[in-house]
Amino acid sequence: MFPEIGHFALALALALALVQSVLPIAGASRGNAVWMKSAQATAIGQVLFVAIAFAALMQAFIASDFTVRNVVENSHSLKPMLYKVAGTWGSHEGSLLLWILILAVFGAGVAWFGSNIPAETKARTLSVQAWISVGFLSFLLLTSNPFERVFPPPLDGNDLNPLLQDMGLAMHPPLLYFGYVGFSIVFSFAVAALLEGRVDPAWARWVRPWTLAAWVSLTAGIALGSWWAYYELGWGGWWFWDPVENVSFMPWLLGTALLHSAIVTEKRDAFKSWTILLAILTFSLSLLGTFIVRSGLLTSVHAFAVDPERGLYILGLLAVSIGGSLALYAWRAPEMEPGGLFRPISREAGLLVNNLILAAATGTVLFGTLYPLILEAVTGDKISVGPPFFNAAFIPMMLALVVFMGLGPFLSWKRADIAGLLDRIRFVAVLAVIAASAAWYLLNGGPIMAYLAILGAAWLLFATLREWALRIRLFEVSLAESARRARNLPRASHGMTLAHAGVAVLMMGMIGSTGWKSEEIVFAGPGTEVTIAGFDITFEGAAKVQGPNYIADRGTLVVRRDGELVTTLFPERRYYPVAESQTTESAIRSTLAGDLYTSIATPASDQVNNAGAWTLRILYEPLVNLIWIGSILLVIGGCLSLSDRRLRVGAPRRAKQPASDAVPAE
Amino acid sequence: MKRLTAGLPFIAAVIFGGFFLWGLNPDRDPNEIPSVLISQPAPAFDLDPVPGLETPGLARSDLVGNERPVVVNVFASWCVPCRAEHAVLTRFVERGGMRLFGINYKDKPEDAVKWLNDLGNPYERIGSDLSGRTGIEWGLSGVPETFIVDGGGTVLFRYVGPVVGPDAVERFTQALKQAGALPNGAAL
Repeated sequence: MFPEIGHFALALALALALVQSVLPIAGASRGNAVWMKSAQATAIGQVLFVAIAFAALMQAFIASDFTVRNVVENSHSLKPMLYKVAGTWGSHEGSLLLWILILAVFGAGVAWFGSNIPAETKARTLSVQAWISVGFLSFLLLTSNPFERVFPPPLDGNDLNPLLQDMGLAMHPPLLYFGYVGFSIVFSFAVAALLEGRVDPAWARWVRPWTLAAWVSLTAGIALGSWWAYYELGWGGWWFWDPVENVSFMPWLLGTALLHSAIVTEKRDAFKSWTILLAILTFSLSLLGTFIVRSGLLTSVHAFAVDPERGLYILGLLAVSIGGSLALYAWRAPEMEPGGLFRPISREAGLLVNNLILAAATGTVLFGTLYPLILEAVTGDKISVGPPFFNAAFIPMMLALVVFMGLGPFLSWKRADIAGLLDRIRFVAVLAVIAASAAWYLLNGGPIMAYLAILGAAWLLFATLREWALRIRLFEVSLAESARRARNLPRASHGMTLAHAGVAVLMMGMIGSTGWKSEEIVFAGPGTEVTIAGFDITFEGAAKVQGPNYIADRGTLVVRRDGELVTTLFPERRYYPVAESQTTESAIRSTLAGDLYTSIATPASDQVNNAGAWTLRILYEPLVNLIWIGSILLVIGGCLSLSDRRLRVGAPRRAKQPASDAVPAE
Repeated sequence: MKRLTAGLPFIAAVIFGGFFLWGLNPDRDPNEIPSVLISQPAPAFDLDPVPGLETPGLARSDLVGNERPVVVNVFASWCVPCRAEHAVLTRFVERGGMRLFGINYKDKPEDAVKWLNDLGNPYERIGSDLSGRTGIEWGLSGVPETFIVDGGGTVLFRYVGPVVGPDAVERFTQALKQAGALPNGAAL
């Protein structure tokens, strides 16, 4: 019965979305307050019904209801409860339902908290949001019904892909989608603004918290996915430039640009049409990601079950939403008057450079991701674009970005004082050069690019800290006075400092784990010894272990350093009989200095098995944990900024703008 | 001018959309890697034997003029899937009468010798491609790869990745039969 309730709730949500897509916007153009206000009720009703549908599907998974096709295909009665729950969004249908739920959550969020938004803007925004809802709800109901029954019901299910049965991955899609889909509301705001033909600082202020919330989730989601790939896939890599990784990274890059350009629109009433364009494109890239993952357009390790018909439907949705909004942009944007003027050396100019680099980087990733498709269409040749292209094209751009990132916060609006600026950053530049030279002296060896990157990361870290110290006048006044100043700084300002420092930390992790990684692959029988990065590792042998829904070969590795026992690691190779697939469970000794990463592979044939030979993969990745720590700093920085009173959702607007010298620039 | 710039994103989106529409063609399989070598003569090469191994080296002349088509397998001791494939290929040789030649790709000779001593050596001849030069000539996308070459030196079939698992073995068996690479009465 629950599946039918869920199905019916989805139909009701679609009906509400249809009403919401017409009535409020019609009310806004006719000045009918009642029609405009109806969006409030329909948006909240929508989220309620979609939540009911989602709960119904989750119930089917928890109860292992094998009369539902989706549960049969993606669950198993022996699966641990956590993964039964996570199985709800493990399939194409379930994840699409989650997508729609989040879409509805953001719509309802604006309806509920947006009391400071003028009624007309709000009505138009919610109508645009409902257009997206109608598109995706009908897609779900017409092509991918998650509640479809099977008859006769099988005794047990096919199990979820074991690679996905993991804590990190259970949380990865919800966070990622919250980010992806969160940009939808920003898109709706942008389209509403284009329809109204008016963008002002107040608009940028309504948009920023939503952008920030989406950005924070996307950051966390991408970091979590990368972490999962790192410890689960058994290769010890954390980023592969896989098309599906790229499509989640592109909205992040452009969303970061949007976050910064919206500041200029808010503070200086400038970059207006650019901010609108970024808002449209960021969500367009999210939609593109949804399309690529679900259409089988490109080769990827991730892709869902592929169905060209579904691909065609999403392409239709894309054509209407992206094509429509960009056509609207082409029509209305030229009418927007440009805002505040600024000099070539000013905070505006700094943020402009930031935006240009981020947009160029996004373009590069987009080009690299779609190039195989374009080439195949034009010449028929099939190629794949891998890490060499992305590393060669992307890393130099990021290094340039880092230089400006360090510089930007020192600049003042409109016109910066160049002499004063040089005076303040000279010290930072010297420190960064010293740090890079020290690294050169101590490490001798490693790629030259890595030292440039160290220079960049050190520059960013020191510049960010220096700027923060200047703000609170650290060491210029008493510590108590500095602490008082720190308390009085807007939280958004601390948020910027944390996030920028987070990028520096993240970079350090990336540099260490790529530039100075050591790796050994050995065929080992019991007693084999391997030495790597100062660790002596002895392979004691492997034994069979029985898990809840898998059987594993578990290796025992004793790790010593200078004869003293450090730890014992137990990497596993698991076999899931129901899903007929294998996973690697790496064993990692994790410290801040670096990870000792071990994984084990099953011997190839019985003959070898008898000989007791196994394939061991042992890596040492220095500083790799800084990647996750840096990501956490980014997320905390974003949350801190989000909690700033000035941005708090629903906070009454202040009569007067805060004085501009206290303005943060994250 | 301003109007034109504002229209650019739309134009770009339309162009991308066109490519996507083309890409959705259901007959298109992005995972398929076509081989430039199929129906082409096998590249010229002459490889020395693996030092420390009694098996002779391999040259293009060894592949031509045989009574039945032969199989060339590119392998390496550092390649984990090759281990799994080794057992399958051995079975084809022992039970099917398939003639197997090996190219040992970018491998340390002592590792290769140890590997073959541990697992057994089903190869008639093995060429040591230390520089990877011959691998490039064959258009390798990775290791292992397996080719079927007929008596005229023409490449008939290419398999990318390990021939492991029921589907792969079935495809490979079909290819062998079609090429006539197995003697009559081969019991597989």
